[in-house]
Amino acid sequence: MDRIERPDLLAVSGVAKTFTMHLIGGALLPVVRDVAFHVAGGECVALGGPSGAGKSSLLKMVYGNYRVDSGSIVVRDGREAVDIASASPRRIIRLRQTTIGYVSQFLRVIPRVPALEIVAEAARAQGVEAGVARQRAQALLTALSVPERLWGLAPATFSGGEQQRVNIARGFAGNFPLLLLDEPTASLDAKNREAVIRLIDAKKAEGVALVGIFHDDDVRRRVADREIDVTRFAA
Amino acid sequence: MMAAQKADAHLAASAVRRDDGEEQPLLSVTGLTKLYGTRVGCRDVTFDLWPGEVLAVVGESGSGKSTLLAMLSTRLPPTSGTIRYAMRDGVLRDIGALTESERRRLMRTDWGFVHQDPTQGLRMGVSAGANVGERLMAVGARHYGNIRDSALDWLGRVEIEADRIDDRPTSFSGGMRQRLQIARNLVSGPRLVYMDEPTGGLDVSVQARLLDLLRGLVADLGLAVVIVTHDLAVARLLSHRIMVMRQGVVIEEGLTDRVLDDPREPYTQLLVSSVLQV
Repeated sequence: MDRIERPDLLAVSGVAKTFTMHLIGGALLPVVRDVAFHVAGGECVALGGPSGAGKSSLLKMVYGNYRVDSGSIVVRDGREAVDIASASPRRIIRLRQTTIGYVSQFLRVIPRVPALEIVAEAARAQGVEAGVARQRAQALLTALSVPERLWGLAPATFSGGEQQRVNIARGFAGNFPLLLLDEPTASLDAKNREAVIRLIDAKKAEGVALVGIFHDDDVRRRVADREIDVTRFAA
Repeated sequence: MMAAQKADAHLAASAVRRDDGEEQPLLSVTGLTKLYGTRVGCRDVTFDLWPGEVLAVVGESGSGKSTLLAMLSTRLPPTSGTIRYAMRDGVLRDIGALTESERRRLMRTDWGFVHQDPTQGLRMGVSAGANVGERLMAVGARHYGNIRDSALDWLGRVEIEADRIDDRPTSFSGGMRQRLQIARNLVSGPRLVYMDEPTGGLDVSVQARLLDLLRGLVADLGLAVVIVTHDLAVARLLSHRIMVMRQGVVIEEGLTDRVLDDPREPYTQLLVSSVLQV
């Protein structure tokens, strides 16, 4: 019944993944099997389980970054349903441009591009008008306490924490219907953690589907509607 | 992965734009093979390249990647296989069946080729301005003032000071020569550019600047690119898709960050694990 009102934006079923390490004698490293879950718009699902359970690998499979041995990862893209497990590179790139956002804890710095531009560009890439994109970028950087004097500078010289917050601002600047969060609050101070929680709540209110890894118990309890224990899918 | 994401954000924008209403590949390669007697230069390479898409061909020396590029750019006749290209009228034409004058016109206007060694792609005996202007004249530009303005504009876009326009590239540094070669290629508004190790001979700091510049230009202009490189970092930064070649054969291909972060073939795993992490 629920499906009719809030259709799944992400449906994972029967997914299995094993790494074959050819450089160490073809050793097999099973990661997960029989993974099945779905996420509807407006909900935040936390992937739980100890380190090494495969949470991050699973997130990377959903993003198309890791290949899938079997099963399907179906993402709704407008009226189309796309199976990441079998989609062409071109299709996945388009999905990443319009539909799936990914926020990690690290910013791989784009040389020479100022912080404000990096964040605004993420919105512009999705068709947000330049002036609006800029305002949105300013609001996000302010919310995440990135000092205004840094906005015009390339983040290469920023502290680790400042880079991380620019990265989060960039991740939240777009209009992705599906947002993957890979420990976005790791090593943030309390004030900025609160800011990220507010950003996640705002996305949920907009109907965005979120899947995240949150090591901070407090954050997880406050943002996650459900938790999926990844050890259930241990291979 | 983040680097690829970044490339996606910058590059896919153009790919997607270009895709609209253009549901055919720009370049369609089938069964491309080059044999030197019994030795295989390159065997049975098949791929499509779409407008705005950047394809990196990676592999070590002798993997066949340079042979492949030479055939794609019509510098080397294939033993077998076909290369078809969507001409400006939208018709896919067999490149092997073009007349010599059609082929040369394509090379001068709709295609670019950036050599590793800029002295191969530039005329060293004439000024920077003439190097850029010459290609415009090849497509019919005749007004001196307009040609010089375009040359100035392009020198600016590749970050060469306007007051160097009358200097010969012999007086330029390696990085500047490479940027000039890029300007010379892009001034005619090509849709497809081949690049052979474009950052290969440069110091690391110069490489970073050039890569950054290339990435911006490729995205802004919506270029389709086939770039041959042995440098996986270059492939990660610039390309959407990778083909890994070994002993003349494509052994693995796919989305760039997937091939680099989750390589399947033993040889690809070796290549990826051999990169020094910084």
